[in-house]
Amino acid sequence: MGQGFLQIILTLIIVIILTPILGNYIANIFLGKRTLFDSFFNYIEQKIYILMSIRNQESMTGWQYARNILISNLLMGILVFFILGIQPLLPFNYTQLTAPSWDLALHTTISFLTNTDQQHYIGETSLNYASQVFGLGFLMFTSAATGLTVGIAFIRGLTGKPLGNFYVDLVKSITRILLPISLIGAIILIFTGVPETWASPITINTLEGSSQIIPVAPLAHFEIIKQLGENGGGFFGANSAHPFENPTPFSNLIETVAMLSIPTALIYTYGIFAENKRQAWLIFSMVLTLFIILIGITAVGEYNGNELINNIIGVQNPNLEGKEVRFGWSQTALWAIATTATMCGAVNGMLDSLMPSGSFSTIFNLFLQIIWGGQGTGTAYLFIYLILTVFLTGLMVGRTPEFLGRKIEKQEIILASVILLIHPIAILIPSAITLAFPETLAGISNSGFHSLTQVIYEYTSAAANNGSGLEGLGDNTLWWNLSCSIVLLIGRYIPIISLLLLADNISRKQPVPQTTGTLRTDTVLFTTVTGGVILILGALTFFPVLILGPIAEGFSLGG
Amino acid sequence: MRKLLRSQRKHTPKATNKGLYQRAIKQSFLKLDLRHAIKNPVMFLVWIGTIITAFVTINPNLFGDVADSNQRVFNGLITLILFFTVLFANFAEAVAEGRGKAQADALRATKSDTIARKILPDESLEEVNSTSLKRGDIIKVIAGDIIPADGEVIGGMASVDESAITGESAPVLKQPGTDIASSVTGGTRILSDDLTIRVTADPGQGFIDRMINLVEGAERSKTPNEIALTVLLAVLTQVFLIVIATLPPIANYVQNPVTVAVLVALLVALIPTTIGGLLSAIGIAGMDRVAQFNVIATSGRAVEACGDINTLILDKTGTITLGNRLAEEFIPVNGHSVEEVAKIALISSLFDETPEGRSIVSLAKNLGVVLDFDTNIATGVEFSARTRMSGTDLPDGIEVRKGAVDAIKGFVRSRGGQLSTNLDENYEKVSRLGGTPLAVCQGSDIYGVIYLKDIIKPGIKERFDQMRRMGIRTIMLTGDNAITASVIAAEAGVDDFIAEATPEDKIEVIRTEQAKGKLVAMTGDGTNDAPALAQANVGVAMNSGTQAAKEAANMVDLDSDPTKLIDIVTIGKQLLITRGALTTFSIANDVAKYFAILPAIFAGVGISKLNVMGLSSSQSAILSALIYNALIIPALIPVALTGVKFRPLTADQLLQRNILIYGLGGVIAPFIAIKLIDVLISSIGLV
Repeated sequence: MGQGFLQIILTLIIVIILTPILGNYIANIFLGKRTLFDSFFNYIEQKIYILMSIRNQESMTGWQYARNILISNLLMGILVFFILGIQPLLPFNYTQLTAPSWDLALHTTISFLTNTDQQHYIGETSLNYASQVFGLGFLMFTSAATGLTVGIAFIRGLTGKPLGNFYVDLVKSITRILLPISLIGAIILIFTGVPETWASPITINTLEGSSQIIPVAPLAHFEIIKQLGENGGGFFGANSAHPFENPTPFSNLIETVAMLSIPTALIYTYGIFAENKRQAWLIFSMVLTLFIILIGITAVGEYNGNELINNIIGVQNPNLEGKEVRFGWSQTALWAIATTATMCGAVNGMLDSLMPSGSFSTIFNLFLQIIWGGQGTGTAYLFIYLILTVFLTGLMVGRTPEFLGRKIEKQEIILASVILLIHPIAILIPSAITLAFPETLAGISNSGFHSLTQVIYEYTSAAANNGSGLEGLGDNTLWWNLSCSIVLLIGRYIPIISLLLLADNISRKQPVPQTTGTLRTDTVLFTTVTGGVILILGALTFFPVLILGPIAEGFSLGG
Repeated sequence: MRKLLRSQRKHTPKATNKGLYQRAIKQSFLKLDLRHAIKNPVMFLVWIGTIITAFVTINPNLFGDVADSNQRVFNGLITLILFFTVLFANFAEAVAEGRGKAQADALRATKSDTIARKILPDESLEEVNSTSLKRGDIIKVIAGDIIPADGEVIGGMASVDESAITGESAPVLKQPGTDIASSVTGGTRILSDDLTIRVTADPGQGFIDRMINLVEGAERSKTPNEIALTVLLAVLTQVFLIVIATLPPIANYVQNPVTVAVLVALLVALIPTTIGGLLSAIGIAGMDRVAQFNVIATSGRAVEACGDINTLILDKTGTITLGNRLAEEFIPVNGHSVEEVAKIALISSLFDETPEGRSIVSLAKNLGVVLDFDTNIATGVEFSARTRMSGTDLPDGIEVRKGAVDAIKGFVRSRGGQLSTNLDENYEKVSRLGGTPLAVCQGSDIYGVIYLKDIIKPGIKERFDQMRRMGIRTIMLTGDNAITASVIAAEAGVDDFIAEATPEDKIEVIRTEQAKGKLVAMTGDGTNDAPALAQANVGVAMNSGTQAAKEAANMVDLDSDPTKLIDIVTIGKQLLITRGALTTFSIANDVAKYFAILPAIFAGVGISKLNVMGLSSSQSAILSALIYNALIIPALIPVALTGVKFRPLTADQLLQRNILIYGLGGVIAPFIAIKLIDVLISSIGLV
């Protein structure tokens, strides 16, 4: 047991060490300070701006920023939907795949466009190399960069700066963050044994005498951006549990750190923008505490295994069902929490096979969306909770509430409320509809509490733009594809619009100087209170479904 | 000291609270009107829920629920509790309004329709009803009349009893032309002589009308912060509405159907009814507290803004120091003795009726000075702003003068006298002590310096210390020289001062502070204060001040006590704190209510271990949570009305304290209370 926890602790230490380094780097890029290989990147970026004819690099208003995100995303979506549609005509179609059904193609496009990568298909049997690399691989970069720009624009607004130019931010996110790190990461992954080839699948004769097709792929570069960009959509159906995607414990470490690195670093980036690193570390610690608690709950649950089974076989075994033995219970538990916390959604073991405590923790992450949270948006949500906490408790010091010296008034509360409201709407309403007609709509493989969790998890994963799933669900149906597509869009773009408008509003306010009468938000007390508000406002909403799903399942196992 | 000052202060005619509660109970039922109820979205939903549960009490199968044997009794109990929840919230609002109304009635009694004598353009008089008077009308009032409207004196001189407004029984002299004494208030009574007045307020817009409207809540518009909070509460309500509306299919799926009555019960328990029920009462009570302090605020927004004030700009005289300076010491120069100085000072002040002059006389007499001539033969020389000195002429041509040191120097020079070497030295010495130096001379001979001491109001330093802890900067404005000002500033503990200040300086200070993003409050009375009062975020005009000042301000202090600005800031903060504390408490309560109700509702899925309170049965758990939810509203009415006690602490200390009481307390208290209610209702066999 000790060794398993040691692995978890060492991974977290690496993440904590990387946080200020990467956070600082990101801040320097978006503050326009000097960074590594500046002249090289500047040269490339200038060429790109000319190519994209971005002549006007002026800062945008919140609405302009949001509108440009919507337009650019719509165009990218149409392009990829088209690529999937003409799949049989594309090169590298070694396995003679036909085009996916329209609803599956639509769902897949929207899913990758929204940085979710919820997959209702099996990669190796549905999509060929070209669709994956040119269609989905393209969106993996742009959707991650879009999320990052929202996070940066939000931080800028919150700290009283102009929001910036979406296209400039998008280009810089890709050229200076996602591409260079992916390049280094992919090379390391190749050394751990991840294939990177355009060659056709290998056909071998097995010992039984039958022939088997083993797909290889241009995988390493796809794998790293899948993790780094919180995308999560695997090249293969088994995702990072597949020995090509994630061959060794070392590749597992690289991939775990990659998915945690940007969301953790962004909190530090905020600290630099706000010139308050103390607050950044306090918020970081609060989130880290919640993160560690959930890892603990999950890891202990997996380590103890299923009591009912252990009683039968008479041995105290960890729960290894649905896990890769090369990662074991601890690395799988850590990954499960990291992937749901960061909205990555990749898996290195089946989430469906986790003990109820693991189901509870993973879906809890998706409900809150702020235990690190998605690329860019997670950090923004975190500050939405800070703003709400300031509003609720700030009155108690006898002043109208202000955050970073800017008053929180009706407009801000309305926009913050959208974030609070949209998540339950996007999750609970479609879940209720699906569960009302389980025979016709749900395609559920299990029964009882766990199947309830499966349905709610699917929509929660879509609404939170996570993309992981409890795989027992037969989800490639018209109903699931369309309902999830709607949830994906609502869960992605409505919050983005309100985040940007909110940031714009705040940035235009006259700051109030800080005095001893001002509520300080960079104290242990306030950060703790924020934690409480997050749990009450964010989690209580979903308490009934948590009880009827994982908690009831846990009690039914005698837990 | 502060308490003493407050109790000394006389208040407006006392409001009677007789019959307040009976009226409030009646009002609670009248407020059930759906058109009124919809203004408060949270309580409106509870009211709708009550109606739904009433239906399922009559017919438990209405929505296809499978009824237990005692389902009707249970649904009936839920309906009853929900109904009381709505009533309690209405009651809270009604009590707050009732208290304001009682005060308004007392004020209204002072204002009755009177006959006014309007002077027509042709100089003839016409008797009209006072309510028909318009702004700009000229009226005449004579001894014994009630002044029919607010106005400005343009002719005559009379004493006026303003006790109806200020509670101050001594009559006030009113005459035209002066800054302070030329404005009159409707509802006050003229005691002697007659006045010609130009009406400055349209009917229903006068001071008393504004005050009545304010305390009655008739014109109460929600403040920006209240609106923002209402939005958030409405959103939380919607979130829980979605949770409840989607629950039936989810619960049915795991074979644990939930009845409609229980769903409504869960909804009501989760939505923030406590703060929703008390929110308007808190706002009304806050305005009421301001009115009780004898301050008229033009809007709730102004009161709220008080809580945010960063900088207070205070006049030295009357605010920081007592209005009158007193003679403290005679300092001889030119080789004269103290007795000689005292004697000359006494002679110079024989005809000086100002408090300063009286204090010089009494100090000299205390030193044993006796005049050896008949004072009747002397003539007084009045103070004028041009000469800046006053004095006495004796029959033998001897001129005795006292005044500003510069002025006396000039006078002595003009009489061919020599200036003493140690005069300047003593002048500076007095200045450094924070006093005002006056020189006295007889003819061409300077005798010495009178040290007039500024008396700093007792307790003022402590108040400023409190302000500093609350993060409020105080700036003192004074006409004194820089040395004197700095000494007084240090002694009173203000953060900054501006010496030799002009009214233009005032507005300049406000602008500079506001440019730094600060909110500024100030008091003023003169017409030349009006631009500054308008510029300040919170401007408090003295009731004794000019009409222009009062119109520019957003508050008027009827007692004309500039120190009250500090109290007003406290009231503003208290209002916000109360609102925040009860909101936090209300939301924190949800944890316990969830732990009471959810295990009860979902008993069928084997989660009895979540029943951490060990509540006796499902029905008892639901009823206990609801009863708690209803009773907490009346239990908190006193807090809502009197406000959370404000302590002058730093923001961090305040947060810590209030989070412990209302946040942590809000999580823990309902666990205990719900358990107690459960024990009680199950022991009497209610369920």
